[in-house]
Amino acid sequence: MHNKYYLNHLQELESEAIYVIREVAAQFDRPAILFSGGKDSIVVTHLARKAFWPAKIPMPLVHIDTGHNFSETIEFRDKLVAELGIQLIVGSVQESIDKGRAVEERGINATRNELQIVSLLDTIEENKIDAAMGGARRDEEKARAKERFFSHRDEFGQWDPKNQRPELWNIFNGRKRMGEHFRVFPISNWTEMDVWNYILHENLDIPSLYFAHHREAIYRDGTWLPNSEFLVLREGEKIELKYMRFRTLGDITITGGIESDADTLEKIVMEVSASRSTERGMRSDDKRSDTSMEDRKKQGYF
Amino acid sequence: MELLRFTTAGSVDDGKSTLIGRLLYDSKSIFEDQIEAVKQSSERKGLQHVDLSLLTDGLRSEREQGITIDVAYRYFATPKRKFIIADTPGHIQYTRNMVTGASTANLALVLIDARHGVIEQTCRHSFIASLLKLPHIIVCVNKMDLVDYSEQVFNKVVEQYHEFASKLDIKDIRYIPISALDGDNVVNHSENMKWYKGASLLDTLETLHIGSDENHLDARFPVQTVIRPHADEYHDYRGYAGRIAGGIFRVGDNVTILPSGLTSKIKLINTFDGPVEEAFPPMSVSICLEDDIDVSRGDMIVKNNNQPQVSQDLDVLMCWMSAKGPRPGAKYYLKSTSREVMAIIKEVIYKIDINTMQRLDQDNDIRMNDMARVKMRTTRPLIFDEYRRNRITGSLILIDEATNETVAAGTIHS
Repeated sequence: MHNKYYLNHLQELESEAIYVIREVAAQFDRPAILFSGGKDSIVVTHLARKAFWPAKIPMPLVHIDTGHNFSETIEFRDKLVAELGIQLIVGSVQESIDKGRAVEERGINATRNELQIVSLLDTIEENKIDAAMGGARRDEEKARAKERFFSHRDEFGQWDPKNQRPELWNIFNGRKRMGEHFRVFPISNWTEMDVWNYILHENLDIPSLYFAHHREAIYRDGTWLPNSEFLVLREGEKIELKYMRFRTLGDITITGGIESDADTLEKIVMEVSASRSTERGMRSDDKRSDTSMEDRKKQGYF
Repeated sequence: MELLRFTTAGSVDDGKSTLIGRLLYDSKSIFEDQIEAVKQSSERKGLQHVDLSLLTDGLRSEREQGITIDVAYRYFATPKRKFIIADTPGHIQYTRNMVTGASTANLALVLIDARHGVIEQTCRHSFIASLLKLPHIIVCVNKMDLVDYSEQVFNKVVEQYHEFASKLDIKDIRYIPISALDGDNVVNHSENMKWYKGASLLDTLETLHIGSDENHLDARFPVQTVIRPHADEYHDYRGYAGRIAGGIFRVGDNVTILPSGLTSKIKLINTFDGPVEEAFPPMSVSICLEDDIDVSRGDMIVKNNNQPQVSQDLDVLMCWMSAKGPRPGAKYYLKSTSREVMAIIKEVIYKIDINTMQRLDQDNDIRMNDMARVKMRTTRPLIFDEYRRNRITGSLILIDEATNETVAAGTIHS
């Protein structure tokens, strides 16, 4: 039914992302890849590898370290950077707090998620990064659905959703003034399923946290929150040993897991395709208000 | 699975967001936590039904005003196809966003309120779809529940639109009576309109033939960047990276590099997953040539026997997108494929009244959301095809030198 000159949807999305990544390399002086250790940034990094192969990825990875990490994420990051033979830049939230640039949240649901904004913007400024590429997808969240591939940020790192540059055909306008920068999202058009199918198809290495494993956790707000030194127990909460996995990875204090026995990529794809809730449904940072993502993004959030 | 990109068009209250919400909801593409959030928001607002438009209107000010301000992209899949929806605003002052949404789409969904029939905005949006050469249009006659599901009302709207569309350049137009609010004929066939024998909207979206929407005839490869690994293994490697914009390239093809006019032969078409014998749109590849010649970003590799136009004088249909009109004699950055040149608008030939599709020969004052036929002159030659032949090599944007804003979108006529 199809002629042979046809790409399936994953091939088409891959080709589009590679095109965007190459535009970034061509249009900017000091681009970087924002790397969290999560599946989306792993996919973007893999796509960058494809985009410039057989040359190395011509830009560094930037990791914003909240200090509240899963140790598995950091191990994974360091192994990948060594394999790629490229530079890693780490922006530290702890350092921002120590310098008095950021103030730690207090209370039972305290997280360093918002504090990342300060460290991210400082890291971008210190390293004179003019394009920070990330793995955000429009299907994740309603404010992200409005985001352009090339998202202009002013000198304060702010996003103005009402004044975005129109993006036409596949022509990207990366022109900016000194001090301004861009966030670029090569996998804007991918869905969570696309990412998992792609990881399966390309057989990509991902942190063990995504696969079902035994872990201590407590049940809070409908998700299994991992036990860690940063967790403050509420009255009545008790730590249990669960066979579980994570659908998204972030700061350990906000990343809720699900009970699951999906311990292979095939089983994960099956599980995600049968799921009736979004991946971010497990993220308490998005539940703070109807527009919490938009509000964070306006301030300079990723 | 194939990917279909479509855009929505229609007047402010024609129910675009509701239709998209319905498509997502009835095709089971909405997750429980999303629908739960919408239910709660609807209740808080004191609504009697679940307001599906809240699924798509994501920005604070959109939710406050209950309108769509900016393009939002939505995704859903059925076992047959994947879909990307560009949900675009109906408000007149956001026409530029409609153009934005339509520029990458294979298809436009035009919504018409059954009670009002074809109105100004229907025409404007259809006309834009026609100017941007969208190959397919599906006209959804919405709110059939408010006209007693009347076949006569539907037929009247179809007739009206058909007459209007005869002036447009669109090959494939289909009509479907729907109720986005209740879901009639959106995913499931309507019990209320047994007289309608055609396919539901989703069936149509799933089966429409889009395989021939790409240009497979005129081989075009705009060079994005040059890949030069500084490794012993690939010491002399020089790959021209880019995305095929048209036609089919094969190893051994005799090619010309534009604008220099130098010629060579394709030695290798490379990808991370290994070399390929041939490449076609929209593949991203890198091409190595037999000869060591100067090729850089902004150049285009084409076949010797089929070449695009290379010129400094352009005839362009332009949509102005900025609040301020063009400054007299101003230079703009002009971007087309990977090429960037400076350009001036030499002459406004005519403006188009997009409500009546009439030429306005006397009015040369370009303002936001205006469509105008202009003559442009570039400082260095541009490499292009007519837009009707190739939407990638035939399109351009203008960027204001002073503000870096994208101020206009253009399709090239010659």
